[in-house]
Amino acid sequence: MARSYEPPHLTLPVGERDHSDGPADAPLVLVQYGDYQCPYCGAAYPIVKRVQKEFGHRLRFVFRNFPITNAHPMAEWAAETAEAAAAQGKFWEMHDLLYENQRSLGDEALFAREETRLKLDAARIAREVAARAYAARIEEDFASGVRSGVNGTPTFFINGVRYDGYPDFAPMVAALRAAEKGSK
Amino acid sequence: MAKTATAKSPLLGPGVHAPNFTLKSTPDQTVSLREFAGKPVVLAFYPADWSPVCSDQMGLYAQVMPEFKKFEAEVLGISVDGIWSHLAFSKDRKLNFPLLADFEPKGEVSRQYGAFDVRAGESARALFVIDKKGVIRWSYLSPEGVNPGADGILAALEALE
Repeated sequence: MARSYEPPHLTLPVGERDHSDGPADAPLVLVQYGDYQCPYCGAAYPIVKRVQKEFGHRLRFVFRNFPITNAHPMAEWAAETAEAAAAQGKFWEMHDLLYENQRSLGDEALFAREETRLKLDAARIAREVAARAYAARIEEDFASGVRSGVNGTPTFFINGVRYDGYPDFAPMVAALRAAEKGSK
Repeated sequence: MAKTATAKSPLLGPGVHAPNFTLKSTPDQTVSLREFAGKPVVLAFYPADWSPVCSDQMGLYAQVMPEFKKFEAEVLGISVDGIWSHLAFSKDRKLNFPLLADFEPKGEVSRQYGAFDVRAGESARALFVIDKKGVIRWSYLSPEGVNPGADGILAALEALE
């Protein structure tokens, strides 16, 4: 049984709908399903940054929401906040801010201050988060993850195939290099 | 390794009538498989409560429960942990389905399903989807150390329709 094991594949292809960093025609595509309140995602956050630096323009990084709300009460709030910032063109700024302030999720005053610093319309974000304006999109991300074999957070896919290794720098770089070799 | 378990008793596969069992779900309540006749049942055997990740297999199933409910499926988690461990684990992870204790005789039900890892003395990570008539329609033994997720279960439930 182990012999025939093949990791699951991403069922929703990376496309226009996604938040992505890096060239659209990069040979390597790393997709993360993440939860802003998950401590393991918090630990993976600087590792992904290092991986992005390592591969530069050869890598496109995509982040999709996978809030585990029964374990993480602020995960939905954080996902809504990131999507509300995305509507103003600053998804990645908010994504980073959330992971860098993971212990302060839900601290509206702190985030409002930071949003103003990032030249975001903080009042609009507060309104949209309260109205759960992006719930359908977050749900779509979640459902696509479930169907693709996301088994917890963070779960990564490299060129559409689930990465079953440990979410650390060296094994991820090795897996990406192998994928790069394979695609040539 | 799962091989050890399969060498003794192979994983029950599609077409086999799911063996009935009665296991404790709380200190004074039991659950029998046959109570769920007329509904699809998902059996999720897993090694142990308290695995050191925040969104583990059982936590994921709790979060995905609305998807399972679209198929009116009942989910039962089964491990060799005792009932007090199950209760504390279930409360901590806010699980919304029963955890059954395959505790005495240890692993007996897991063995019947070919889902027992003899070397570890724990249930293997094995999944079964049982149809309304009590027949296994899909089963899956996950490689050691790999959390299988919910995609295979949902595809199998879809195939029942």
